[in-house]
This record gives sequence, C-alpha cells and structure tokens, in this order.
Amino acid sequence: MAPSALKLSALNQRRWKNFKANRRAVWALVLFATLYILSLGAELLANDKPLLVSYRGEWRMPFLTFYSERDFGGDFQTEAVYPDPVVKCLIKSGGMVECFDGPETLIQSIDLGKMDGAPGFQKGWILSAPIPYSFNTINNVEGAAPSAPDDKHLLGTDDTARDVLARVIYGFRLSISFALIVSVLTSIIGVIAGAVQGYFGGLTDLIFQRVIEIWGAIPMLYVIIIVAAIWRMNFWLLVILSVVFGWMGLVGLVRAEFLRARNFEYVRAAQALGVTDRVIIFRHVLPNAMVATLTYLPFIITGAIGSLASLDYLGFGLPSSAPSLGELTQQAKQNLQAPWLAFTAFVTFSTMLSLLVFVFEGVRDALDPRKTFR
Amino acid sequence: MSLLEIQNLTVTFHQDGREIRAVRNVSLTVEKGETLALVGESGSGKSLTALSTVKLRPDTAEYSGQVLFKGVDTLKMAARDLQSVRGNDISFIFQEPMTSLNPLHTIDKQLAESLLLHQGLTGAAARARVIELLTKVGIADPESRLSAYPHQLSGGQRQRVMIAMALANGPELLIADEPTTALDVTIQAQILELLADLKRAEGLSLLFITHDLTIVRRIADRVAVMKDGEVVETGPVEQVFTNPQHPYTRSLLAAEPQGAPNPVAADAPEVLHTDKLRVWFPIHRGLLRRTVGHIKAVNEANIRLRRGETLGIVGESGSGKTTLALALLRLMPFEGRAVFLGRDLGKVRGAELRAMRRDMQIVFQDPFGSLSPRMTAEQIIAEGLTVHGLEPGRDRGEMVAEIMREVGLDPATMTRYPHEFSGGQRQRIAIARAMILRPQLLVLDEPTSALDMTVQVQIVDLLRALQEKWQLAYLFISHDLRVVRALAHRVMVMKSGDVVEEGAADVVLANPAHPYTRALLKAAFGDRG
Repeated sequence: MAPSALKLSALNQRRWKNFKANRRAVWALVLFATLYILSLGAELLANDKPLLVSYRGEWRMPFLTFYSERDFGGDFQTEAVYPDPVVKCLIKSGGMVECFDGPETLIQSIDLGKMDGAPGFQKGWILSAPIPYSFNTINNVEGAAPSAPDDKHLLGTDDTARDVLARVIYGFRLSISFALIVSVLTSIIGVIAGAVQGYFGGLTDLIFQRVIEIWGAIPMLYVIIIVAAIWRMNFWLLVILSVVFGWMGLVGLVRAEFLRARNFEYVRAAQALGVTDRVIIFRHVLPNAMVATLTYLPFIITGAIGSLASLDYLGFGLPSSAPSLGELTQQAKQNLQAPWLAFTAFVTFSTMLSLLVFVFEGVRDALDPRKTFR
Repeated sequence: MSLLEIQNLTVTFHQDGREIRAVRNVSLTVEKGETLALVGESGSGKSLTALSTVKLRPDTAEYSGQVLFKGVDTLKMAARDLQSVRGNDISFIFQEPMTSLNPLHTIDKQLAESLLLHQGLTGAAARARVIELLTKVGIADPESRLSAYPHQLSGGQRQRVMIAMALANGPELLIADEPTTALDVTIQAQILELLADLKRAEGLSLLFITHDLTIVRRIADRVAVMKDGEVVETGPVEQVFTNPQHPYTRSLLAAEPQGAPNPVAADAPEVLHTDKLRVWFPIHRGLLRRTVGHIKAVNEANIRLRRGETLGIVGESGSGKTTLALALLRLMPFEGRAVFLGRDLGKVRGAELRAMRRDMQIVFQDPFGSLSPRMTAEQIIAEGLTVHGLEPGRDRGEMVAEIMREVGLDPATMTRYPHEFSGGQRQRIAIARAMILRPQLLVLDEPTSALDMTVQVQIVDLLRALQEKWQLAYLFISHDLRVVRALAHRVMVMKSGDVVEEGAADVVLANPAHPYTRALLKAAFGDRG
C-alpha cells in the first residue's frame, strides 16, 4: 500500500507536469511562497526589540523574552524601552549609572574604545532587526507625521508615526494568513454541507437550501458592527465571523457535483456492495468533486483578502493598532498629501493579488482535462 | 471523378511531447450515389477519419495527405470556404440526437437557422421549406411539431429532425456517425429505411460509420474495415462478407456469441421469487401535491429464478428492465412481495440488509462509468471485502489476485487505474468486484452492449464459465437477442413496464408471440433468424 499511496497517481503526475509547463505560474508560486515565508518571520525582520544582546557577557533574546529595565541595571520594572539611548547605554556599558546623565556621550566613548578597563564597565553589544521598528512602534521623528520616505523609514511613516515598511510586512502576513485560514475553514464546511445536500437530495436538500437562503440574507456587515460593539474585535473573532457568514460559497458547486455524481454507476455499484453512505461520499464522490472545488478556491482566497481589507478600510475590522493593509489604504485616502501611503498600499495589494491569480491560473489549467499541453 | 477521395490521410495529435497518430495513411473513395460503410471497433479512428474531411477536429490535430471533395482539397481550404462546405455540400448526423440538438430552441428555429445561414431564407419561405423537410423525413403532422422542443420528441423523432437538418441545404455527401446506436432496435430499422429512401430519392452519397455488421449488410454498397487507424480491407459488401481477406475482418465476422447455456439441475433450489412486484412512481399535481396518477415503471412482475439459471430480461429503453433490477437489489423502493434466499426483501433493514448484499451483486452496462476513476483496480475489486470482511485466514491481496485470475486479468495489473485498461478489461474488473463476495445472484445490466463485438464474445464465455463453476443465478438484462440466446435459459420480454411475453428461451426465440419480440428478433438475426 505504502508506495502507491506516496507516489502521485498518473493523473496527478500529468497535472504537476502541466503546472510546471506554465512558467509564469511557477515563478509566481516561488515568489509568493518566498514572500510569505519571509513574512512569517516578520519578528526577525522588523522589530523594535533587539534580536540578541550581550549584557555583562550574558546573551539575551529580548524579542522572545521579557526583560525589565531593572534587568539591565535601570530603575523601572516595566519592559526595557530598547530604542531609548539610556537603555542602549546600559546594555553597552554593562549597567553603568553614568548612563542616566549623558547616555549619548557615553555610548560614543564606548564605541571609540575609551572606556575599556574603566571600573564597573563590561562591554556589551546589541543586534537589532534590519528594520528597527515593529508595526506598532511610534517613532516621533522631527516634523509632522506622516513623514516622507528617508534613510530611517524606507517607505516613510503613517499618520501616527509608525514605520510603513514594518506595517506592510506584518500586514502582508496577516492578510494572507487570514485568507488561508478562512478559505480552508469555509471550504471544509462548504464541501461537507454541499456533499450532504447533493448526495441525499430530496427533502434534506430542500430544507438545507432554504436555510442557506435565509442565512445568506443576513447582512454580515451589521453583524460585525454589533459584535464589535460587544467584544473588542480581534483576529480570531473576525475569522470566526467570516467563516460563519462565508461558508455558503462552495455549497452550490459541490452540491451540483454530487447531484450529478450520485447517479453514476460506480456509486450505484458501491451501494449494491453495501458500502455506507459516509464512505461513498468520501471515497467515491468527493475526489471527483474536488477538481471543481479547487478551481473555485482562488476566488475564495482573493475574496477573503479583499473582505478583510475592505472591513479594515471601513474601520469595522481589526483595531487600528493591528498591522492592516486596509487601514493603510484608509490613511492614504485621508492623507492625500502623503502619496507614499497610497503608493505602498497599491503596490502591495496588486503584487499580492496578481501573484495569487497567476498561481491559480496555472492550477486551473493543470486540472483542466480538456486543455492539451505540447 | 469520385465525389470524395481521401488519399493517404494521416491525423496526428501531440500530447505531453508524444506523437499519437490516430489515423494512418487512410485512402478511401466515395462515388456519387454510393453508400460506403466504415466499420471498426471503438478507437479505430473511423469517426476521426470522417470528421477530418471537413477539419471538424480540435486545433491540436495535424493533417497530412489529401481529401479531395469534387477535386478540391478540403485540407488546404481557407476557413471561410470550408464553412460553406460544411453543412452545405457535406452534412453530418451524429450518434446522440439528444445532445446534437440545442435543448433551448424549438425545432423550427434550429432548422430555420441553417436555412438562413446557407441559403438566406427567411419568414414564410423558410417555414415552408422546414415543413417540407420534416415531411420528407417522415414526421407526422409537421405543422404542429414546429414549436416543439427537443425533449418533447422521442429519440427516433429527434434523429429524424437531425436528418432533416442535414438535408436542409441539399448536400451531396451525408456522413452518418453511428446514427442508430443510441436508438431502440425497432426505431433503428425505421431510421435505416429512411436513410436508404432518401439516398435513392435525393441521389445522395452516404458515408456510414458503424460497428454493427448487421447494419452494414443491410444498407451499404461497399465497406471499409478499419483497425488501429488503418484501413485493413475494403471492397463491395458481398465480397467482404463472403470472402474476407484480412484476418481481422474474419475475426470481426466470426464474432457472434455462440453456444447455449448449460442446463440447470432439476433439483436446483429457488434463489429469487417475486409476486406481483410493482415499481410505481406517483405523479403529483396542483397546490396540495395530490397524487393524480402513477408512472408504472414495473407492473406486476413475477419472477422465479433457480440456482445456476439465467433469466434474460428483454425490452427497449424505458421498458422498466433496469428499474426492475434496481428494485430487486433494494436500490429502489418497490411494492409487492420479493423473496430472496428465503427472506422477504421488502422487510429487511439496516445491518441485515447490508449483510444480505453479499449474496446479490450487479454488473453495469458502461465499464467506463461503473468504475471510480480515482481508485486502483485492487481498491475497486476489494471494496466489497472492506464492507463484508475477508474470508478467514486470507490476505486481501491474495484474494484480489485469485479473483483477477478467475476473470482473466493479470494480477500484476492490480495497482493500475481504470483508464489504463481497455473496455473489455474494465468489464472484467466490474465482474471481479461483484464476484469476490461469492454472491448467489448476479444482476447483469446490459453488460456487453457498450463493448466491441469481439470483446462481447469473450465476456459471454466468461459469464457462462463463472455460472457453471459457482452455480450462479443470473438476471441478464439486454436488448441484444444474440447475447440472450447464448446465455439465457428463460426469457421475459418487457414493454412499458408490462411483461408481455415469458417462457423458455428456445421457445420464445423460435416462436415469438408478441410483435415486439419479432421486431427484436429481426434486428438481431436479420433475415436469417
């Protein structure tokens, strides 16, 4: 059994070959996967907490662990504010009290090597993330926010003085993760609901269809506004709401496939063998309904990205502190004098959606049995 | 000059970097007023050859050679010129009249469209021509039929409409691609007669594609036999039939189910017994969905079937044969009494019913549709074992291998998927799936009619051998009396749900009482019967 289960069937081998023949889709997939994997490690790319510090010869990873300022020889029990020159000085000097008076000059002396051998001094160092801001770091640079791109903020800052590049990296991860989770959950529920309706048909189908019609008529936006008034909106709550009101998308398609397939002779043959309905649904009919489902999946994924963005844009989505591309778009509209916001939002969305469309175009063509590849 | 002259036609497809030559060096001629039959098994390239004459094939096909229609090479024609040939000089009739007609347009509209396109006829002139055409193809009361939709017509009428469409622009060559295969035998004969009449009256040439040699003998002047994309033999019908040269033609002509069923033991116990079995579908009307009547799919069928016996159920499509079989397998609700191995079929439920399914199995008509395309042969055959359990002390793979050898399949092929098998092999897989449970009753729903003639013979032999070995009771559904004669002990003839004739096979077939049985006999054995 094992080898046949591991090996792709001839059909899937042909599909994989067809997909690989589409160069644009392959490149889009590689690029998209790279971007998404990179964004999964967003904390390593953009973080206001250092990745690694050496304090008195001891290595600490502040981006993972909580350290109070007192742990670095400071006064407060709150978490160390790493961008603060005092904290920087404390780490580099090994906790010298002189840091409270003139941290900048002391850091300069340490960097020049003048402090070597001084009493109480133990040289330390800080390894920051490439972008030393997280999505919610407020960096009050001189001048009004939003500030234009410069060497500190490659894509400028938004209207609360947060680094746009950092927010884009986190926002990309959030958008894609949201879309993938919502798509997988809605697909599972939709496929099961469609399968049950289509396979049993008759009264089950009739009742289920009416329920779906009523359920589909509930305006999702109002429900989200009401729910947001009761609880503070967060990622998982939004996922649940999107799934609860979004699972109907696939039902019609899968139901139609099952209505067609349940009269196939191999289904009849399985019934004659005494195979149970559940096994027939999963073993015989579902694999044949999956192709139609897969070709429909891209619309669900891009739709989920779009719905998250539009909710955020309207201000009914995640709280404004969350790294959201929709919120960036909203800011761009309110701050037309800061075109880098609009430009960034546009490029991010168009890249993300184009890559997905290219990938799924390749998937759809590879699954199409009528399409011939030379 | 011949009307159509095909010289060294080769059609090549490219797929996944491979070259597939589906038609190889085919040369044929059709003279004016002649009927040429193109005979061969499925996949032999006969349809492709015919469609290639006007390039009615996907863009991926590559052609070489020449197709001269009245001296002009159609393969080199521009697309515009080709369109004026299609449907105008060369017309087509296809196999399935239901799917060849657009279900959303009336007959009138579909016929008038072609007239407008090629002749510019509109309004009253077009209508008059449509009525003339419908009269010509023998549709009674054509005026009232104009506004009918395809689903309102019977299969035979639909095929007549298709022929009317093909004749609309006065073609010189009519290409008929298995035009009667999807029709009942009685209708088949009428359509063939119509085509022969039209050919005489209009001076048409006919290129007739079929796999049925009885039809060839009846309608064709000359015949060309194709195998694997090549023409292996061509000549006048009489000559080819009486003195075939190529070994393949000989095997094709010899392919007729032979022999008779093995006699049933006198003391064989009864396996199945029904009393006034009925399957009625209620017709609901009106707001309250009152039952106003019933569609009587099966009306009072009384069946007695003993161990080792075959009951042949014969009838045209829609006569209730398959419904009866599905009801007996409890795949469809029924009324009346049915006793299977001493238990009342109408009363068993749930787990008891599932356990009973072990003893009654079915083999379907279409070996392509009855096997799930995403399961290997082993998974398909062993499916019954996963439900009913293995024989004690035996391994699953071992049991599958044994049954595969028994039905004439190589056990080494058990990891392959259905599409890697031929039609006959697939039907063997379907038989193996049913036989692995060692049932007492096997329902065979037209198991041979989707297969080529030479394969039919093999399957009939296999079924007879299995029956003798395991003393199976067969319920054999078919409309082909040649197969029924070779397998059945007793015959039951059905028509619109009623059993119109019943008796021992040799008696019914030698001396049919019902007109329908006689029509079936004529279709199966021609004038020799």
